[in-house]
Amino acid sequence: MKGTVYRIAGPVVTVIDVPTKMYDVVKVGKEGLMGEVIGIEGAKSTVQVYEDTSGIAPGEPVENTSMSLSVELGPGLLTSVYDGIQRPLPVLLEKMGDFIERGVTAPGLDREKKWEFKPAITKGTKVAGGDVIGTVQETHIEHRIMVPPNVAGVVDEIKSGSFTVTECVCKLADETELTLMQKWPVRESRPVRKKLMPDTPLITGQRILDGLFPVAKGGTAAIPGPFGSGKTVTQQQLAKWSDTEIVIYIGCGERGNEMADVLNEFPELDDPKTGEPLMERTVLIANTSNMPVAAREASVYTGITIAEYFRDMGYDVSLMADSTSRWAEAMREISSRLEEMPGEEGYPAYLAARLSEFYERAGSVETLSGAKGSVTVIGAVSPPGGDFSEPVTQNTLRIVKVFWALDSKLSQRRHFPSINWLESYSLYTDALADWYNEHISPDWPLLRSDAMEILQKESELQEIVQLVGSDALPEDQQLTLEVARMIREYFLQQNAYHDVDTFCEMDKQYKLMKAIMKYSDLANTALEGGAELEDITSVKSKDDLSKVKFEKEFDEKLNIVLSAMDKEFDAIRGAV
Amino acid sequence: MKEYKTINEISGPLIFVEKTEPVGYNELVYIKLGDGTTKRGQVLDTSKDIVVVQVFEGTGGLDLQCGVRFTGETIKLPVSIDLLGRILSGSGDPLDGGPRIVPEDRLDINGAAMNPYAREPPAEFIQTGISTIDGMNTLVRGQKLPIFSGSGLPHNEIALQIARQAKVLGSEEAFAVVFAGMGITNEEAQSFMRDFERTGALERAVIFLNLADDPAVERLITPRLALTAAEYLAYEHDMHVLVVLTDMTNYAEALRQMGAAREEVPGRRGYPGYMYTDLSMIYERAGVIKGRKGSVTQFPILSMPGDDITHPIPDLSGYITEGQIVVSRDLHRKGIYPPINVLPSLSRLMNSGIGEGRTREDHKAVSDQMYAAYAEGNDLRGLVAIVGKDALSERDRKFLEFADMFEDQFVRQGKDEDRSIETTLEIGWRLLAELPEAQLTRIDTEMINKYHPAHRAK
Ligand SMILES: Nc1ncnc2c1ncn2[C@@H]1O[C@H](COP(=O)(O)OP(=O)(O)O)[C@@H](O)[C@H]1O
Ligand SMILES: [Mg+2]
Repeated sequence: MKGTVYRIAGPVVTVIDVPTKMYDVVKVGKEGLMGEVIGIEGAKSTVQVYEDTSGIAPGEPVENTSMSLSVELGPGLLTSVYDGIQRPLPVLLEKMGDFIERGVTAPGLDREKKWEFKPAITKGTKVAGGDVIGTVQETHIEHRIMVPPNVAGVVDEIKSGSFTVTECVCKLADETELTLMQKWPVRESRPVRKKLMPDTPLITGQRILDGLFPVAKGGTAAIPGPFGSGKTVTQQQLAKWSDTEIVIYIGCGERGNEMADVLNEFPELDDPKTGEPLMERTVLIANTSNMPVAAREASVYTGITIAEYFRDMGYDVSLMADSTSRWAEAMREISSRLEEMPGEEGYPAYLAARLSEFYERAGSVETLSGAKGSVTVIGAVSPPGGDFSEPVTQNTLRIVKVFWALDSKLSQRRHFPSINWLESYSLYTDALADWYNEHISPDWPLLRSDAMEILQKESELQEIVQLVGSDALPEDQQLTLEVARMIREYFLQQNAYHDVDTFCEMDKQYKLMKAIMKYSDLANTALEGGAELEDITSVKSKDDLSKVKFEKEFDEKLNIVLSAMDKEFDAIRGAV
Repeated sequence: MKEYKTINEISGPLIFVEKTEPVGYNELVYIKLGDGTTKRGQVLDTSKDIVVVQVFEGTGGLDLQCGVRFTGETIKLPVSIDLLGRILSGSGDPLDGGPRIVPEDRLDINGAAMNPYAREPPAEFIQTGISTIDGMNTLVRGQKLPIFSGSGLPHNEIALQIARQAKVLGSEEAFAVVFAGMGITNEEAQSFMRDFERTGALERAVIFLNLADDPAVERLITPRLALTAAEYLAYEHDMHVLVVLTDMTNYAEALRQMGAAREEVPGRRGYPGYMYTDLSMIYERAGVIKGRKGSVTQFPILSMPGDDITHPIPDLSGYITEGQIVVSRDLHRKGIYPPINVLPSLSRLMNSGIGEGRTREDHKAVSDQMYAAYAEGNDLRGLVAIVGKDALSERDRKFLEFADMFEDQFVRQGKDEDRSIETTLEIGWRLLAELPEAQLTRIDTEMINKYHPAHRAK
């Protein structure tokens, strides 16, 4: 179906004389630039174009493909780096050099590459959407080839051997041919049998996250903060160390060098759980700030659809979107070109709806085939001026269950991760209590609430200190301040760039917190027993405790420090 | 090229032309005035009914009888190696009386987005000789690191000092400098030029000047011309290019003015909703490409209206650039040069540029420790103002003293003082040694034993 271009204003193009449906993909102009229908009015359709529209003139041809914007799902996804509409960046590099020119198409999955397919079913099996018909060993990850959601039938033929993603590997009685690849429209969520209540924490190896504000597998979290407060580093830490089988990382309207960094680093780092290179479980989507804004809008959908696909195989998937604010701004930019009625701060009135539709696609689920899988979604938010009252932050916080509030006061003094422990929250702690009880220790919830209480107390005492100085406080309160400082500096602070400290196992987190609380108990008892505060706070083992988190032989070093601590307190008690 | 005499409206910097053949989006347009002069413009919106053109040199003197020609191509900059040593206007015309550039090539000034897959993560340490930068906010080749400043503060001096002193250790080659002035005063321009001439930097520089009394719309293309020249020198001639863009605030104001003229729905504080995207098309044109020798490092300067870092211009910039160097009015009032406040400053690429084999193994730890100590000392100043010094504990007094010494000895330095990274780290250690050793929690015992003056003396 062909028509012509009527008007061009930036990424928004009006086309005429061609019938369209909403979200149809159309090819615009002589170069056939890819676009998507986002509005229809009489004979005119409005199209957002995913590439630069410079030079396109009215009267150029337009072709409607009549297909919705879709992603290709199949072997070859892992280790890939895509732009917002699933064009592989290495292929674009090969075809057009170091800079992204336009008018080049490239399929999401390699058409030439052959994959070794092992069937899991036999002729005559009755299959339905979501059933696994066989597997491909993609990286160390087994790629489960599934019947597409809306297909069912009896297997007439099932093959085994080496296939490209478009070759038939299974034929159903009604002649339907199944390939290693399936397609799915990005703006539609993939169906599941039912949603489950999240009950397992996502272990991130980040003490403040796992220890104080955990997110559940299948849960949602937001990490808002002004520039330079640690959104990207935190997201990258999560992508590196989270204990999910698959990671989808979306660089949505952010820096090119940050993506280069990930590309450089991930192949070199090993997944602490499997020992395999991190890149082998990762799909990257890089639509940087200077790449076309419409493709940025699409990038989060591309990412979440790929995440759902791996979830459907029965995997735990985590998805990081850095930053959802840039996605919202892309919506705003397109909306204002459409001259839609603006809502708050110029964002379209449907902002809240789009955000909640997106986060709704997270979840712990029972898949169509009855397996258990999950998608955890963690979105960075970039509020203008760091002001959390703005629409994107506010609408996001209404949806997500975990709030990691970044604080530039902390980042300015290089307290990292700069997550404010008084403002942040997790609504999963109760749902996860059983898990901690079973896997960590029954006293973990108590340790955590004690630590939170001390930190809370510290902030109250700080207000007094601001008026009278700390020496004017009673000694037990001065001690509380000291313990709070230890919690902040020894436990909460974690250096993402330190070889050892970058990742901290749950067991180590537990022991570290327990050691701090041990000091707290010993110190308080000694103080009550009449010891000098000066002596209590200057024990050497306390200072040594600050460094054990950096040690490779953590357990060994910790034990040395703890027994030294016992001795020092014995001595203090003896002196009283 | 057909000439149309069909302008039907002129409004601010925009003209509306009707009854044209199909005109391409973003095309370059020539407008001929009655007196024979020509102005340039760019197509913003095009349809069969009407074409909207933004006129770069301003619409002063235009009337409905002017002739309009559409060139069928986007705006291009003629480039050649002879750009070096030249002074051009904000639209790229010679201002120095020299000949027109004989082009080796003509490049689209909007540039194309670098494929993230082609980027080499920047990691080569640039020594600027300024301690607050080298020691605590290290710059690397291919980074975009802006100076956030305010009116009346010495950001130009700092930029010039950096341009003069910047070097990559172990490499003899000086940086080429591309300088884009946007809406700066004639006097500021003169002082930059004098410095470039005095130090002989002009030979390795390309200068684009849009002065305060030049049309505001022109500012929208000036940084794009500069970056096109920079990319050409970097990627075609293997040069390491330092791009100074000043003042990005004037650029953003021009952007706002254009948005208002187009009657767009404004975003925060009247700036266009697409300002983030627009700025990123400028700032992201920095970097290093795998397999190519040259690089583009950006040093944009912007003045924060009302010294407010949350104002949309510094805010959106900070969200794109790889850190920021913040110039402080307080330090300036204390008579400290360069008045760089390290606390809100940041270099995001510092970690890849420092450490063993690049600067020194203790660099990161020293920097972190100084940050923490200075932040603490600085907080205590507030307390002292209320309760007096005597109410402080011994420990706190040390931190308070540290903050003063830090400003006086580490931050303060001469306008021509070019400190090596070793000197910078030595000053750092000297100051840290004034704190109780147990307070140095950010530094490994091993480093303390090796570098702490008290241990080294033994
Ligand atoms: N966990 C961390 N450990 C060490 N440094 C960190 C950590 N988080 C952030 N940083 C520092 O803060 C800088 C800014 O962090 P980044 O995540 O890029 O901020 P944002 O994305 O919020 O702008 C980083 O370049 C790094 O120097
Ligand atoms: Mg970031």
